[in-house]
Amino acid sequence: MIRFEPREPASLQRLILIPVAAAIVALVLAAIPITAAGVNTFTAYGLMAKGAFGSMFAFTEMLTRAAPLILTGLAAAIAFRAKLWNIGAEGQLYAGALAAVAVGTGWIDAPAVVLLPLVILAGAAAGGLVMLGPTLLKTRLGVDEVVTTLLLNFVILLFVQMMLEGPMQDPMGMGWPQSEPMLDAATLPKLMSRMRIHGGLIIAFAAAIAIHILLKRTVWGFEIRAVGENASAAAHAGLPVKATFIRVGLLSGAMAGLAGVGEVAGLKGYLTADLSPGFGYSGIVVAMLAGLSPLGVVIAALFIASIFVGADSMSRATSVSNYLADLIVAMSLICVLISGLFLRFRIKFVKPRTNISQETQ
Amino acid sequence: MDFLEIFLSANFWAAALRIATPLVFGVIGALICERAGVLNLGIEGIFTAGAMAGWMAVWLGAGLWGGVLVAAGAGAFFGLIHAILTVPLGLSQHVSGIGVTLFATSLSYFTYRTALPDVSSPPRIEPFKPLDIPGLSDLPFIGPALFQQTALTFLALFVVAATAFVLYRTPLGLAIRAVGDNPSAVESQGLSVYGLRIGAVVVGSALMALGGAFLTMSAFDAFFFGMVNGRGWICIALTVFASWRPGKALLGALLFGAFDAFQVRLQTDVGSFIPGQVFLMMPYVLSIAALILVARKADYPRALLTPYFRGQR
Repeated sequence: MIRFEPREPASLQRLILIPVAAAIVALVLAAIPITAAGVNTFTAYGLMAKGAFGSMFAFTEMLTRAAPLILTGLAAAIAFRAKLWNIGAEGQLYAGALAAVAVGTGWIDAPAVVLLPLVILAGAAAGGLVMLGPTLLKTRLGVDEVVTTLLLNFVILLFVQMMLEGPMQDPMGMGWPQSEPMLDAATLPKLMSRMRIHGGLIIAFAAAIAIHILLKRTVWGFEIRAVGENASAAAHAGLPVKATFIRVGLLSGAMAGLAGVGEVAGLKGYLTADLSPGFGYSGIVVAMLAGLSPLGVVIAALFIASIFVGADSMSRATSVSNYLADLIVAMSLICVLISGLFLRFRIKFVKPRTNISQETQ
Repeated sequence: MDFLEIFLSANFWAAALRIATPLVFGVIGALICERAGVLNLGIEGIFTAGAMAGWMAVWLGAGLWGGVLVAAGAGAFFGLIHAILTVPLGLSQHVSGIGVTLFATSLSYFTYRTALPDVSSPPRIEPFKPLDIPGLSDLPFIGPALFQQTALTFLALFVVAATAFVLYRTPLGLAIRAVGDNPSAVESQGLSVYGLRIGAVVVGSALMALGGAFLTMSAFDAFFFGMVNGRGWICIALTVFASWRPGKALLGALLFGAFDAFQVRLQTDVGSFIPGQVFLMMPYVLSIAALILVARKADYPRALLTPYFRGQR
């Protein structure tokens, strides 16, 4: 019989050790599909490491991939902190990208010092507004936000496709469903010459630090944590639970919207309907690996980004499909969930019949 | 085209029933899990796994019913993972469900890609054929509406009846409903809360997978990436809309199927001046609307989302 005993507040070592162990277990488990695809596991991982860290180009590609993952990771982390289940970061990312394109492709002609902040603000606002809907439905009518945010992902992606085949299509795009290119003044600066790494990474780092300070050092942050621990107790204590949910919803959506801004204004330069390979969903894994800590999100996003970039590179050289990356990411989530138990509980194996386990919270 | 003309055509109702079939499997599966107190957001991935596994089994020569069994087995496997994570381990049902969806989807895609590394057009199987029952198929209106359907649609209808019977007419059903409302009462009757919940999630997940299998083995004849396209999430919304009752679940899925079939027909009429995406959005918008409609009076199983630990009050 297994019995869970609550632990003291977990030590920092344990907080770091648990997700690292989960990631390692996921990588070990991924040996099964790699072997099934007929490739030596060590060869595959060697190629993946080379693909993510093997050269300056590989390393900057990895960082470029990490930027949106940090932001969608933050979107999930701050929402989950308040137990607001925002699974709609994917749609909010597209909303942010669409707003960035709407502002940054010629509608407003202004120098970069004006236009770039406008583009960033528009993207954040669009993401936040998309999340405001499900949040209000939750606080006003009690509609479960999980399902509404999930369904909105599909609605928004279709809306983006509609705009790209209609009013926002590039007339010079030879009929492809893509937006006009961003103006130079609306483009995030490159961080290194001849590399794709761009200012979106700076936005992501700054956002992580800002959310960290918000949660740790401000009244709003305290309220977010209190609502997440126990919403009804927070309400009894007189905390503004509904207002907190709305703030968290706006902020979470804004983070995802910023991820979209970075991808169009920093990386691609124009919007297509395949802008995101599931960054919104991977963000959930990033947040969980990070233990919902904003600074941890940065590390976790670097890990997930190196899996994706490494697997892309490896799949070009071997017969292993790059869906391996998604598989490793999914297994990491399940592993970190299980290993989280070791963080919160001391797990004891006890003989049957003597098992009167205590309340475990 | 006249609206009335649409509603009076047997073809329209045949299409509605065909669109509703995977949703019926999904909603009944989700309903069984949730009645036992476990939200199963693994549904989207389980649909994908059922679609892929069922199709691949047939493609490898297992026969259509063999494929159905394999799909159900795949669903049960992923259901078991979700059940272990959420029932004895008591982990967050939201996050675990998303994890199962990501895992089942990526494993299905990886397996498909590994088995068929470089196919440009997906290989096809011989799917289920419409049942042709001499005499009945020739009935006016009902004949073509009902008997253009394949065996899987009839299986779905049977599953609804069986689920309703088990839930409301058997001691097992009483125990499943009780374990989603008041698990400690079930425990005090000497029944195993864990056993009931795990069993319900595994069976419910197997049914969800049949919804996926319908897509590749009856509605189409091949597997495509992204073919599930949110159907699982729509089922979660429909479950709330159906207030966790099998009969209403069937009704909700049919209503949904009818609306979808209607908008496809409308599209041919007004499609020239309304973008196609507006019509494609409708199922998702409709699901959100359904959730809003019932939000105030939704009577969730009381212990839904609440893990149970033995000896806990």
